[in-house]
Amino acid sequence: MPSFVIVEKCDGCKGQDKTACMYICPNDLMLLDKDGSMGYGEMKAFNQDPSMCWECYNCVKICPQQAIDCRGYADFVPMGASVVPLRGSSDIMWTVKFRDGSVKRFKFPIRTTAEGAAEPLGGYDEGSGDINSMELMTEPKSCGQDTLPTI
Amino acid sequence: MENWETVQVTTDVLICGGGMSACGAAVEAAYWAKKNGLKVTLVDKATPVRSGAVAMGLSAINEYIGYAAGENTLEDYVRYVRQDLMGISREDLVYNIARHVDSSVHLFEKWGLPIWTDENGKYVREGRWQVMINGESYKVIVAEAALNAMAEAGFEVYERVFIVGPIMDGDRIAGAYGFSTRENKFYVFNAKAVYAGMGGAVHVFRPRSTGEGLGRSWYPPFNSGATTYFTLTAGAEQTCQEIRFIPVRFKDAYGPVGAWFLLFKSRATSAVGGEYMAVRKDELNNWAPYGLAKPIPANLRNYLGMLDTDEGLGPLYMETAEAIQNLAEAYKDDQKAFKKKMKELESEAWEDFLDMTVSQAILWAANNIYPEQSRSEIAACEPYFIGSHSGGSGAWVSGPEDLDTPYKWGYGNMTTVKGLFTAGDGSGASSHKFSSGSHAEGRWAGKNAVKFALENADLPSIGDVEALKEATFAPMKRFEENKGYTTDPNINPNYIRPMQFMFRLQKLMDEYAGGVSSAFKTSIALLERGLELLEMLKEDSEKLGAETAYELERCWENIHRMWQAEVHIRTIIFREETRWPGYYFRADTPKMDEENWKVFANCVYKDGNWEFFKREIHALCD
Repeated sequence: MPSFVIVEKCDGCKGQDKTACMYICPNDLMLLDKDGSMGYGEMKAFNQDPSMCWECYNCVKICPQQAIDCRGYADFVPMGASVVPLRGSSDIMWTVKFRDGSVKRFKFPIRTTAEGAAEPLGGYDEGSGDINSMELMTEPKSCGQDTLPTI
Repeated sequence: MENWETVQVTTDVLICGGGMSACGAAVEAAYWAKKNGLKVTLVDKATPVRSGAVAMGLSAINEYIGYAAGENTLEDYVRYVRQDLMGISREDLVYNIARHVDSSVHLFEKWGLPIWTDENGKYVREGRWQVMINGESYKVIVAEAALNAMAEAGFEVYERVFIVGPIMDGDRIAGAYGFSTRENKFYVFNAKAVYAGMGGAVHVFRPRSTGEGLGRSWYPPFNSGATTYFTLTAGAEQTCQEIRFIPVRFKDAYGPVGAWFLLFKSRATSAVGGEYMAVRKDELNNWAPYGLAKPIPANLRNYLGMLDTDEGLGPLYMETAEAIQNLAEAYKDDQKAFKKKMKELESEAWEDFLDMTVSQAILWAANNIYPEQSRSEIAACEPYFIGSHSGGSGAWVSGPEDLDTPYKWGYGNMTTVKGLFTAGDGSGASSHKFSSGSHAEGRWAGKNAVKFALENADLPSIGDVEALKEATFAPMKRFEENKGYTTDPNINPNYIRPMQFMFRLQKLMDEYAGGVSSAFKTSIALLERGLELLEMLKEDSEKLGAETAYELERCWENIHRMWQAEVHIRTIIFREETRWPGYYFRADTPKMDEENWKVFANCVYKDGNWEFFKREIHALCD
């Protein structure tokens, strides 16, 4: 579709000021039909422009109801396969289902720190603090040596 | 339009965009601005958490020098980029990015990005310059550090605000204007320095898939030429706008091939079994010295495959099964070790797709492709504008003070417009920075933007913004005033909706400027005819109609693409040779001309006039 919303599972992120999918879509494709007047059902989200969808899966990964999935592009992908992620705070699990019915599962780490914990200086000491120098905030230490190279 | 409230925001440094380079600019500018009592504001049309080219994730970091550990030198990288771009690169810029990039990669690791390491704790290399990562959340992590830096300093971030264009005060940038895609607000940002980091451009050329799969470009469809539009119309000098990028990827879903080529040592062949890089080796003599040196430039590798395709020898294949079989040979006496190795390789191969191109995983699963059993098609994608990769398009920016370069005017990565900075896909002639180099270059530009704002403390005037507001919302007004004329709002002689406008642009670029359906070939006659059609399209951009804010966003994205298209066509016309035959082939000037064209092709657009000129290449090392 490529990303599509499963009617039964979507609750329109009720109780929140915006839906998770509308918040995350890099291409501004997800919309919420609040009162059903758009024809998609009351409090149901939908992809308003499927042919502009990159299948980045960000809406699929973020949906608190697991109500979003992707269906391969109808103009070149044979039917019957699916790829479904389950993203946690430190890793992601993928289930790949083939057209012939076989299934593969993969699990990969996604980050080594707690969500939200990225500290801008990364634990490095500040550099000289000289705005006129060639060095950036944590340099030269974050380069791995004591001086910034030049020629 | 009367429903759109005007909101004015005054700041010291404005960062437009939220991708890798803008996140680099934000984390660095926030640090220097806080230290010096200045203010930074970031505005993104999406949310930086998942915006820009790395929105989906990546499976590798393509630029990591490892110079502190003696893995490579910075000069090695300068030579590598020079060679890949057929001699056309700003070596000062490439050197500068390279000396900062390791610092960014080290920060990514500290922020939480899992980088593969070997038993000695050393990063695992995919090729000479690449390191492997578990990169599903690459962008999330990099954005988190930037947003934390902004929040800690008390700086504001505006999400879902689309930047339409620059505001000038004479020859100095004064800010930017745009609109919210969530509320009825027209935004005017007034700043002392502006960083334009809104990515490269996709959908200027017609993609291979034109139905539902229209959005499955290799580079993301939401990168719509905003940076080039912004810097070009501000009057900033442009460079290398002829150097589009065409990647060869797994066909249709455009999944990455790097792991297969570099990690698995896979061969690419035609349908009749020949390996085009071997069969057509002699062709490389025609592109000496670059064709004869290693690594062979990306565009020449493309070209040899295109020659096979032109002769009807397609499909082209990545010989995945053969590559895995070759790897298995090494384990032929140890079945247990072989099984373990195969499981590891299978996981690596699939992660390559799942981290950054999930569509490719769907496509393989839907075609029942098991890479250990069957080969898989590869093809050249449609052209993109992406100065951070093996393309070169972007603004001409100032080199670093401490390097021997004729091209520096005080503030690093400042364009030729006072106070206007760019990096990543926005700065030209400094290819092969990729995600990490874009971040590092963004940091460098961010720091310099703060320095500029400190030393140019007067706030430029934005003047009367009513005319800008009127122009911004004109497509909505036009639609509203005319929609009642026909029964079908899609077909109306008084306006053109943005999707059809985009198709018109894509068709003419594809057919006249050397897109996929023209086998990447063009000529002066085709280009001039294309320009005629483009001129009429430009006139008709005054007739765009938009029903909603969403459609208004699409209108402006397509206007940005249209300008990217024009500067591209005009620069190809200016450069009277063929230098990157695997990116485009100019049939009337089919050969490379080192004597006359080993130069940068630059241009400036001012007061409605185009000026084109050459600038000399300056070597920084042997």
